[in-house]
Amino acid sequence: MTILRFLARRLLYSLVVLVGVLILVFALAHLVPGDPVRIALGTRYTPEAYDALRHASGLDRPLPAQFVSYLGHAATGNLGVSFRNGDPVAQVLAERLPATVSLAVVGIVLALVVALPAGIYAASHEGRLSDLIVRVTSQFGVSIPDFWLGILLISLFSTTLGWLPTSGYRPLFDDPAGWLRHVILPGLTVGLVAAAIMTRYVRSAVLEVSAMGYVRTARSKGLPPRVVTLRHVVRNALVPILTITGIQLATILGGVIVVEVVFAWPGLGRLVYLSVAARDYPVIQGAVLLIAVLFLAVNLVVDVLYALVDPRIRLS
Amino acid sequence: MKRPANPVTVLSAGVVVAAVVVAVGAGWLVPYGINDVDVPQALRPPSGAHWFGTDELGRDVLSRVLTGLQASMTVAVVSVVCAAVVGTALGVTAGYRGGWLDTVVMRVVDVMFAFPVLLLAMAIVAVLGPGLGTTIAAISIVYVPIFARVARASTLAVREEPYVAVSRTLGTGTAYIVARHVLPNITGPLIVQTSLSLAFAILSEAALSFLGLGIQPPQPSLGRMIFDSQGFVTLAWWMPVFPGVAIVVIVLACNLLGDGLRDVLDPKQRTMIEARRRS
Repeated sequence: MTILRFLARRLLYSLVVLVGVLILVFALAHLVPGDPVRIALGTRYTPEAYDALRHASGLDRPLPAQFVSYLGHAATGNLGVSFRNGDPVAQVLAERLPATVSLAVVGIVLALVVALPAGIYAASHEGRLSDLIVRVTSQFGVSIPDFWLGILLISLFSTTLGWLPTSGYRPLFDDPAGWLRHVILPGLTVGLVAAAIMTRYVRSAVLEVSAMGYVRTARSKGLPPRVVTLRHVVRNALVPILTITGIQLATILGGVIVVEVVFAWPGLGRLVYLSVAARDYPVIQGAVLLIAVLFLAVNLVVDVLYALVDPRIRLS
Repeated sequence: MKRPANPVTVLSAGVVVAAVVVAVGAGWLVPYGINDVDVPQALRPPSGAHWFGTDELGRDVLSRVLTGLQASMTVAVVSVVCAAVVGTALGVTAGYRGGWLDTVVMRVVDVMFAFPVLLLAMAIVAVLGPGLGTTIAAISIVYVPIFARVARASTLAVREEPYVAVSRTLGTGTAYIVARHVLPNITGPLIVQTSLSLAFAILSEAALSFLGLGIQPPQPSLGRMIFDSQGFVTLAWWMPVFPGVAIVVIVLACNLLGDGLRDVLDPKQRTMIEARRRS
């Protein structure tokens, strides 16, 4: 019963935020200086074409009516058509989503592979030189611009050594080997920056659990340090680690814009970049909405998992 | 008992102060004009005449890095100060007043948190058009919610303190209580947040400029210098390396300073760290 009430409350909260997101995304197109219909028509402008497009897109109706119809359309997956080529925005987004998701998943997996052992090792050697090295390295990683890291990786592994392609993309299911060769460098770029952030969280989560009474009890019982760390510390630290993993995944999904541009990776981020340059507002609106919804969805899933794993959360 | 200063924090503060001094004095420090084209001297490696080498047009990379640093610091400082002022005002008002105002402000903050920082900044630039002013506006708007959350959380704690309750019982006005009791007691977390936000603001500005949406040419920016260097990385390593190192050094210093200040200014966290060390 409690878990159901928690789920209902959390879902309601997400819906409230989603409505806010929709209002903001809707407002985006109306804040643009100049007339979007004139921008859309460009050189094809005639007074008749202007009136026709204005009526067809509903822009001659009052704002609240426009918002309600926008909500209705968004709910059915109709996000309008691209100003650039007339393609349905939903279709354009659907084509780009797999590239971004695959890059984000590779990035988060690489980040976990680095951050989990590094954070646990640093925490279990707190105050020693190895801890200092891990902390300084992760601070350094947090401070590196991802696009700069990407360019340095390309110059080393592609241009100088010739091991990997400089840019581009192959769909995972059409050409798995090609996909892997192309995803390594952008994945490393995304993963190393995320690893730097996550190492700090893993280290502090493990340290916090290490200070608990039951860990001291386990130690005083004479259990070997490795068993204490793995069975008592890491297992309990997994809850906050799960949260930061979810937050990082959501951040990567929306934050890989620059990395996608550097590696010509045809995902949502590069789409936003190209659409901003072309002032293609329906696509910008659609992509921003999709990324915000993905962000909310990942956070919702993390919160639900959190509540399932730790009963204190849903009872508080 | 006075705690000895952490040498890393002192060093970071020194780097941040040096960066501010360089940013302010960049106009006098640059050895060459930022747009002095000298094609015969193009792509020259670092030397006595050009410490950071020259770019594809023979322009002095050091002069451009110093001027780019000035632009980055200007954008970061102005936008973080704006975000801190607006965010603190919103957070303190929401936290102190409570009720529907608190609910509305915090839901707006939640909505803004649903957008990744760079995406929101790009959407704002898409609406307002690229440029220095827009970059400052975009980064300010993006960082307001962070300050609002920090200020609200701290205000909620201070609001319940006995000295605030006594002051309220004595009939003191809200404005006076906020100015005299609340604000001075929430500055610690806000200073920490300012330092950390400066680091992220510099990274955000660099990313926007890299994408051509921030500071516009011919004004140099560190992000755009890295973008322009992409075709010359193997010919002239100094073109991407020096602007990148400038960003990393200043961002690292701001991050380390923020961490150091947190240890000093956030007594709760400090107590936890010391308790753990003793146990």
